[in-house]
Amino acid sequence: MATHHAIRLGRLATAPSVLVLFMWMIVPLAMTVWFSLLRYNLLDAENAYFAGLDNYIYFVTDPAFSDAIKNTLLLVGTVLAVSVIFGIALALLLDQAILGRSIVRLLIITPFFVMPTVSALVWKNMMMHPVSGVIAYLFKILGLAPIDWFADAPRSAIAIMVSWQWLPFATLIFLTSVQSLDEEQKEAAEMDGASPFAYFFYIVLPHLARPITVVILIETIFLLNVFAEIYVTGSGGMAGNMPYLVYFQGLLNFDVGGASAGGIIAVILANIVAVFLMRMIGKTLES
Amino acid sequence: MARAIPLQRRLFMTILAWAAGLLIFFPVLWTVLTSFKTELEAFSTPPKLFFFDWTLENYSIVQERSNYLRFASNSIILSVGSTLIALAFGIPAAWAMAFQPGKRTKDLLMWMLSTKMMPPVGALIPLYLGFRDMGLLDTRGGLIAVLFLINLPIVVWMLYTYFKEIPVDILEAARMDGASLWKELVFVLAPMAVPGIASTMLLNVILAWNEAFWTLNLSTSEAAPLTVFIASYSSPEGLFWAKLSAASTMAIAPILVLGWFAQRQLVRGLTFGAVK
Repeated sequence: MATHHAIRLGRLATAPSVLVLFMWMIVPLAMTVWFSLLRYNLLDAENAYFAGLDNYIYFVTDPAFSDAIKNTLLLVGTVLAVSVIFGIALALLLDQAILGRSIVRLLIITPFFVMPTVSALVWKNMMMHPVSGVIAYLFKILGLAPIDWFADAPRSAIAIMVSWQWLPFATLIFLTSVQSLDEEQKEAAEMDGASPFAYFFYIVLPHLARPITVVILIETIFLLNVFAEIYVTGSGGMAGNMPYLVYFQGLLNFDVGGASAGGIIAVILANIVAVFLMRMIGKTLES
Repeated sequence: MARAIPLQRRLFMTILAWAAGLLIFFPVLWTVLTSFKTELEAFSTPPKLFFFDWTLENYSIVQERSNYLRFASNSIILSVGSTLIALAFGIPAAWAMAFQPGKRTKDLLMWMLSTKMMPPVGALIPLYLGFRDMGLLDTRGGLIAVLFLINLPIVVWMLYTYFKEIPVDILEAARMDGASLWKELVFVLAPMAVPGIASTMLLNVILAWNEAFWTLNLSTSEAAPLTVFIASYSSPEGLFWAKLSAASTMAIAPILVLGWFAQRQLVRGLTFGAVK
């Protein structure tokens, strides 16, 4: 079937995409590796010199680094947990015979389309403002002391905000999957008198194994790289993650070498997660 | 067959679902409502939900002060431009991989996906310096190139999953009837591929519109899209919530409408066809 002509044409058609992606992946990365080995400050660019692993040692021993790693992992972990647990709950709720389901669906998916800078400012100023924010108002009604979120609990504030952005995505995926559950299987379970718990653990959850993997994989890619929410709310000092730290070191402190070392560490971190996840998704996708 | 569901249970579930939906939607609703208030009312406690003097003044003030239209047109140019280029690269690639899969096609696709795993901070410093040296900082061309590259893997994957569903038999039948490759493309493949291409385009315009890492770091004013426009509202403190809300509403409204249309494609697009 496949003639030589067709094969050549096929290669010709894929080549441009492969080429630009390869360049995009390899050139900046190679430069970052090179910069990370230099003592290179933008304010003193003429006197850049080779410094070996100094930047890495400096970066890793900097207390800001361990905080950034901790904040990165905490944020990813929290948002993933919220997305999966509440996402499944919401998907099961929306799968019920409810009136106006398509409208509720639209309401729930909306935050996903809100740009990060908007949600950052809306949450910081209008939801979580310690005096006039909606949450402070609700706290007062309940007789609780309002929280100054971004001053006293910036990590939780960022986690709540980012969860709000990513829960809709998870919900939509789980809902799509739950709706593809065999109707006959559902009825059979009901006729056999399966308890709701048995139904959930033996039928729904196994069916959701693949979408759960997919949600974890895709959200992790994006969550490792959360930046705008931290940058715009000005909570980088306490809740800064790896992307923020690299930005801070490079574009605010002009320390190109140090920032590049941080960038490489972030790449390694992401790759560890990626290998782990690709293996996981590979397994579920095969079956 | 439809089962009889007790009315009570149905009512209860409906109320619960609507409550959850409204809770999640609330910040957006609140933003839109606040954009029609005066600054004084935006701050009033208890907050006013619907009963206030509706005004449009915030919108005109925002446009006057910060030139919303320039940022909005940049957003359109960047998101549509980068998506069109990605389609120009992605359509031939996805077409070849879907219809002439080789031994390495699967590996190639996985590799493309893996480029998405690369954190942008790994490339930030050289890209920033390179853009500075080449005079590309704060230019539309530079940003379009970056947005094109970060979305290309998603474009190829999405198109691939759509093209995969086009029955090969039809192509073969056309070939049997003596259709040339060109005719095969225009009259047989194109009509079946258009819906997939359209949804790919829609989803990628949305992703590019909301991209905030590169746009914040590589642009300041001339080429800056709405993400940067909104970020400029983070500095002034004080009575500005109504204006912030008006600006936010204008920044998210166009994409929200597109998003509501695209939501069914969202799942398969962003899960690389793994969940349909």
